[in-house]
Amino acid sequence: MNKHAAPNLKAEKIAGGVSTDQRHDSAHKHVSGTAVYIDDMPEPAGTLHGCLGLSAATHATITSMDLSAVRMAPGVVDVLTASDVPGENDISPTGRHDEPVLADGKVQFYGQPIFCVIAETREQARRATRLAKVKYKELPFVTDIGALDPKKDKLVTPPLTLKRGDAAAAIRRAPRRLKGNMRIGGQEHFYLEGHIAMAIPGEDQDVTIYSSTQHPSEVQHMVSHALGVPSNAITVEIRRMGGGFGGKETQGNQFAALAAIAAKKHHRAVKIRPDRDDDMIATGKRHDFLVDYEIGFDDEGNILGVDFMFAARCGFSSDLSGPVTDRALFHCDNTYFWPAVHAQSAPLYTNTVSNTAFRGFGGPQGMVGAERVIDEVAFAVGKDPLEIRKKNFYGTSDRNITPYHQTVEDNIIQRIVAELEQSASYARRRREISAFNANSRFIKRGLALTPVKFGISFTATHYNQAGALVHVYTDGSVHLNHGGTEMGQGLYVKVAQVVAEEFQIDLDQVKITATTTGKVPNTSATAASSGSDLNGMAAQNGARQIKDRLIDFAAEKYQVPRDQVLFLPNRVRIGNQEIAFADLVKQAYMARIQLSAAGFYKTPKIHWNRDKGEGRPFYYFAYGASCSEVSVDTLTGEYMVERTDILHDCGRSLNRAIDIGQIEGGFIQGMGWLTTEELWWDAKGRLRTHAPSTYKIPLASDRPKIFNVTLADWPEASEPTIHRSKAVGEPPFPLGMSVLHALSDAVASVADNRICPRLDAPATPERVLMAIERLKKEAVA
Amino acid sequence: MAKVNIRNEIRFILNGRDVVLSSVASDATLLDWLRLERSLRGTKEGCAEGDCGACTVLVGKLSEGGLVYESVNACIRFLGSLDGTHVVTVEHLRGSPGQLHPVQQAMVDFHGSQCGFCTPGFVMSLYGLWMKSPDPSNEAIEKALQGNLCRCTGYEAIMRAARAISSYGKAAKDPLAAERKAITARLEVMHDGARVEIGVGKARLVVPANVDDFAAVLDKDPGATIVAGSTDVGLWVTKHMRDISPAIFIGDLDGLCTISEDKGVITIGAGVTYTEAFSTLARRIPALGPLFDRIGGEQVRNMGTIGGNIANGSPIGDTPPPLIALGARLTLRKGKKRRTIPLETFFIAYGKQDRQPGEFVEAVHVPVPAKGTKFAVHKITKRRDEDITAALGAFFLTLAKDGTVAEVRIAYGGMAATPKRASSVEKALLGKPWTEQTVDVAMAEYAKDFTPLTDMRASAEYRALAARNLLLRFFAETSGTGEPVEVSRHEAA
Repeated sequence: MNKHAAPNLKAEKIAGGVSTDQRHDSAHKHVSGTAVYIDDMPEPAGTLHGCLGLSAATHATITSMDLSAVRMAPGVVDVLTASDVPGENDISPTGRHDEPVLADGKVQFYGQPIFCVIAETREQARRATRLAKVKYKELPFVTDIGALDPKKDKLVTPPLTLKRGDAAAAIRRAPRRLKGNMRIGGQEHFYLEGHIAMAIPGEDQDVTIYSSTQHPSEVQHMVSHALGVPSNAITVEIRRMGGGFGGKETQGNQFAALAAIAAKKHHRAVKIRPDRDDDMIATGKRHDFLVDYEIGFDDEGNILGVDFMFAARCGFSSDLSGPVTDRALFHCDNTYFWPAVHAQSAPLYTNTVSNTAFRGFGGPQGMVGAERVIDEVAFAVGKDPLEIRKKNFYGTSDRNITPYHQTVEDNIIQRIVAELEQSASYARRRREISAFNANSRFIKRGLALTPVKFGISFTATHYNQAGALVHVYTDGSVHLNHGGTEMGQGLYVKVAQVVAEEFQIDLDQVKITATTTGKVPNTSATAASSGSDLNGMAAQNGARQIKDRLIDFAAEKYQVPRDQVLFLPNRVRIGNQEIAFADLVKQAYMARIQLSAAGFYKTPKIHWNRDKGEGRPFYYFAYGASCSEVSVDTLTGEYMVERTDILHDCGRSLNRAIDIGQIEGGFIQGMGWLTTEELWWDAKGRLRTHAPSTYKIPLASDRPKIFNVTLADWPEASEPTIHRSKAVGEPPFPLGMSVLHALSDAVASVADNRICPRLDAPATPERVLMAIERLKKEAVA
Repeated sequence: MAKVNIRNEIRFILNGRDVVLSSVASDATLLDWLRLERSLRGTKEGCAEGDCGACTVLVGKLSEGGLVYESVNACIRFLGSLDGTHVVTVEHLRGSPGQLHPVQQAMVDFHGSQCGFCTPGFVMSLYGLWMKSPDPSNEAIEKALQGNLCRCTGYEAIMRAARAISSYGKAAKDPLAAERKAITARLEVMHDGARVEIGVGKARLVVPANVDDFAAVLDKDPGATIVAGSTDVGLWVTKHMRDISPAIFIGDLDGLCTISEDKGVITIGAGVTYTEAFSTLARRIPALGPLFDRIGGEQVRNMGTIGGNIANGSPIGDTPPPLIALGARLTLRKGKKRRTIPLETFFIAYGKQDRQPGEFVEAVHVPVPAKGTKFAVHKITKRRDEDITAALGAFFLTLAKDGTVAEVRIAYGGMAATPKRASSVEKALLGKPWTEQTVDVAMAEYAKDFTPLTDMRASAEYRALAARNLLLRFFAETSGTGEPVEVSRHEAA
C-alpha cells in the first residue's frame, strides 16, 4: 500500500474523486496501531508530565492550600497555582472572563482544577496530587436546575427570545390547551482518546503545542493570553483526535495552557494527559434541559400556538452556553410549522462543570422538546403521533416561516417521511404491534417514526469562513492543508477528494497533512457540521487558483485559447495534445509560475440579528427520519431495540461510505443519549458517573437487531455547497429520538394508549418502569 | 511439602521475542510497560479500568487443552501475572508480506474505523474470536465485543467486518496458528515449576509455584494482597493508587484452576475464570449461562475469577447470589488447614467476610439442581451488557407433589450491604401452593427483607420494585405458559 504507482494517463475517471466511496485516509493505520495520536508521539528527552489537582468542594472559598507535601513528593518539579499564570488567568472562549485556568481562591464545582503538579513521570504527578491539603469554607450550592427559577435565577450569559405571531393569544383562543414539562439529560462525550496536550518550548517566546483539539486557533489564542505573548509565538498542531464530538471544541484549552506555562517556565517539554475519571469530572458535557411548554391546538391535532421555556444547566461559566441554548431555540420547531410561537432560553448558572459543545449543540434538545409537544397533542386527540407529525410539517410554499423568521426554502421532509413510512412498513407494523400487545402480558412493543431537520451554519456568522493551503510540487504531487481537524469523521479524505477532483488527479497524489495554525491561520472550530462545507470550498478555491495559473500558462505557452485547456484524469488536454499533469506542472515551474495558493471561503447569504431574533442564520437544512421498534419488559423496564430504519439526506454525497458511517454512528450516539447514558450527581454535588463503569454508552449489543440505513439518492443541496453535498456530522444524531418515542409508545400501551407517558430522557430502564407504574395508576384513577 | 525452587525473574514471550524481567513492581501494568518501556504504542489507554477495551491484547497460556489465546485488558493486567505466557499486541499482526492481516483488512474495507483510537482493541478482540471461531454468529461477535467501546461507528460497520474476516484468510493459516507448536514448546520450557519472587520485604512480588506453595507463602505473609484476575485489584492501583505490595499473583496457579464434578456437586477452584467455568456451568446449570454472558466484557471474563468475585465480598458481585440460592459451600484454607462453610455465612457485613488472616478462598462447591427443581437468576442493569448490577435476584425452588413449595432459597445482590437471602419472602412461600396468589402475598414481604440504597446505578424505589417483580417473572417463567417474560437479544434457536 506504500508503493507509489505512476498515475494512469489513460483513465476515464480519476481514482478517488468526489461522489465515490473512499476509505478513511488513515484506516490502514488505525487497524495496525500505527496511526499516531498525541500520546503516541515520541516524547522529547526530559519531558515532564502534569496532573491536575481538583477541588473537593462543590462551592467554596479556599481558606488554605498546603502543597508542601506535594512539592516534596518523589519526582515533583513544580506545582502550578493561579499565581503562576504569567498572562491572564482566563480561558473563557467567548470573552466573558468567567473561566480561570486554575481557580483562584474560590471553587465553583466539585472537580474544578485548582493546581497542577509537574513531575518527571505521569505516575509521580498523579500520586503527588493526592498529597495536597486544601481547606474550604463551604458556600451554598445548586447543581440541579429543577430547583431554579429560569426567569429570576442567575444566568451565565444573556438569554434569547424567539417569537413570531402572538403565541399567548393563539393558545388562549385555541379549542384545546395543555401544559407540561420535560427533563432532558446531559451527555458525556466519551471520546475514546481523552484530552491531552504536549507543549514543546522554543526560542524566545515560542511554544509548539500538540493538542487534541477541534479548534487549534482558539488553543493558540488562549495559550497566548495565558502566557501573555502574541499569537505569533504559539503554534498549535493536531494530526488527528481519537474522537471529539464537540468535547474538544473548547475543553482542551486548559490542558494546553497549563502544559505551555510549565514548558516555558522549565524549558522542558510538558505533557498533560488526565486520567479518564479526571477528564470526565473536570471537562464539560452536553447541557441538560428542563423544558416547559404550553400548547394550543384543535381537535384534529393542528397545533395553533406554542410557548416554550428552555432552561439549561450550564455549569459555573458561560463557555459556549450562549450559542448552545440559542441553537436549542433554533430547533424547537424541528420539522414543524408553529403558527404562533414564543420561545425563551434560560442559560442557568449551576455549581457543576461548565457544559459545552456536543454534536448537535443544543439542537437535539430543542427537537426533543418539539417532539414531546407532538406526543402530547397526539394523546390528547387520540391519534397516532405520526399522523400529528405529518399534519404539522412545514409546507413548501406556505407555512414555512421559522420562529426566527427564516423561510424554509428547501423542505423535503414530506417525501423523506413518506418514503420511510413505506420502506419500514409502518402501518402494517403498527397493526401487528397492537395485536401483539393485546396478547402479551409482560412484554410490550412500541413503534415510532420521528423526523429531523437540522440547520447548517455557525449561528455566529463570522465563524462561517475557512482557509486552506495547497501546494503542487514539481512532480505533480499535492500537499493539502486546511483549517479543519480530523476527529474520525473523514473530513481529511473528503477534502482531499475535492482537491483530487479539482486537479483531476488520483486521490493518492494528494497528501493530507496535520492541521496547524502555522499553515492556515484564524480558523474556526471544526464544529457545527461545517467541516467539509467550509474547508472543502476553501481547498477547492486554493486548487482553482493554481489551476487558473496553469491554464493561463498553458494557453500562452501552447498558444491556444484558455477554454482549450482541459484537466482530464491525471493529464491535461491543451488544444489537440495531452500531457501528464506532472509534466505541465514541471513546465510551469520552469516558467516560474507560483504553484502554491491559500484558498478561502465564506458562506454567502447568512445573517443573524440576535437582539431582534430575526435573520437567516442557516445556509440550508439537512433532513432525515428514523423509525424504531422496541420491546419493553413491563416488570423491570428493561428494553431492546428490535429494528430501526433510517432515511437520511446528505444532498449529493461526497463519499457515501463515510456518510453512512456518520449516520450509523450518530444514531447510536443519539440513542445512547436518550436511553442508557445518565449523568448522576450526589447530594454533595459530586458527579458520580465519571468512568465507563458507571456511565454507560451503547455497546455493539445495544444496536437495533435489524438496522437499515439508507441515504436518500434524490436530494441535492439547494444552495451551491461543495459539489451540492450536505453536512452530515450532527444531523443524524437526533435520529435517535425514534427510540425514545418507541419506548414511550410501548409504555403507553399499558394504559391502552390513552395517556401521554411523558417519558423523560434518558429513558433508563428505571425511568421506563416508573413511567409504566405511573400510567397503570393513572389508568385506574 | 516438596522443596520449591525460587526464581527471581519473570519470563514470557512478547510477540516474537522472549522477555526476562528481574525488576518488576507489584503494581506495574502491562499497558504502561508496553507503551512506556517497550514503545509499543499501538495499544491504547482509554479508561484504565478494564471497561473500554482500547488496550486489548491477547495473552496465550498453556492449559489442559493446549495453548489458548484470550483477550485481556492490558490496563489492569499486572506484569507480574504474565509469567509463562505469550503476550500478543496489535504490532504482531501481519498478513502476507506487505499486506494487512485478514482482521485488519476486513476492518479497513468495511469502514470499521472512524477516529481509530478504539480500533486496535477491536482488532485484537476480533482476532481472538476469529482464531476460536472463524465464522462466528452475530451473537458470538457481540459477546466478543462486549468489552470494547466505540463512540464513532455505532458498531454496524465493525459487525460487517467481523462477519467477513474469513473471506480474507483462513484462521488455520494464521501465523499464530502456524507457530503454535514452537510457542508451546517455548512456554513449556518457561514453566519450570519454580516460585517467582522479585524484590524484598514489603516491595515484594510472588508468583507461587502451586496452590500448596501459595498456602505456605500467604501463611507467612498474611498481609499480602492476593491478586487473581486483577479485574478489581487492578483498579485499586490505576484509580486509587493504593500500594498493593507485597502481592501474590495466583491467576493460573496449579491446583487452584480446576473445575470438577463429583456426586452432583461441581467444585470450582478459586482461580477458575468466568470463561473457564462457563462451558461446565452453562451445560450443567443452564440458567447460569446467560448470566455469565453478562458479567463484564469478554476481557474481564477471561481474567476475572469466581473465587475473586466471592472473596472480595462485594454486595454487587454477580456470582454469590445464584451460588447461595443453589446452596453452595465454600472451602477456605490457611496453611494446610481447610474448613468448609455455607457460602452465605461467608458474607458477614459490608467489607467484612469470614476469612482469617492468612486464609484464602480455595474452592466453591455448587450442587447441581436436581431434576424437577426450578432455578433462575436475573440481573438488572442500566445497560444490558458489561454493566455492574443494580439488582440481581436468584431463585431456587422445589415443589412437593401436591404443588406446594417444599424448598426455597432466594438471594439478592445490590439490595443490601452483602449478598443476602430474602428470608421473609421465602417464609411466605414455603409450604404454600406455587400460584400467582401466593406470589402476590410474598411480594409484599420484600420490604421486610431489603431496604436498598439510592446510587448512580438505580434509586432505592426502582431497586425495590424491580427486585420484587423478579419474583413474578420467576413464577411466570416456571409456570409453564411459555409466555415471554423478558426481552431477549437473540431468540433461542
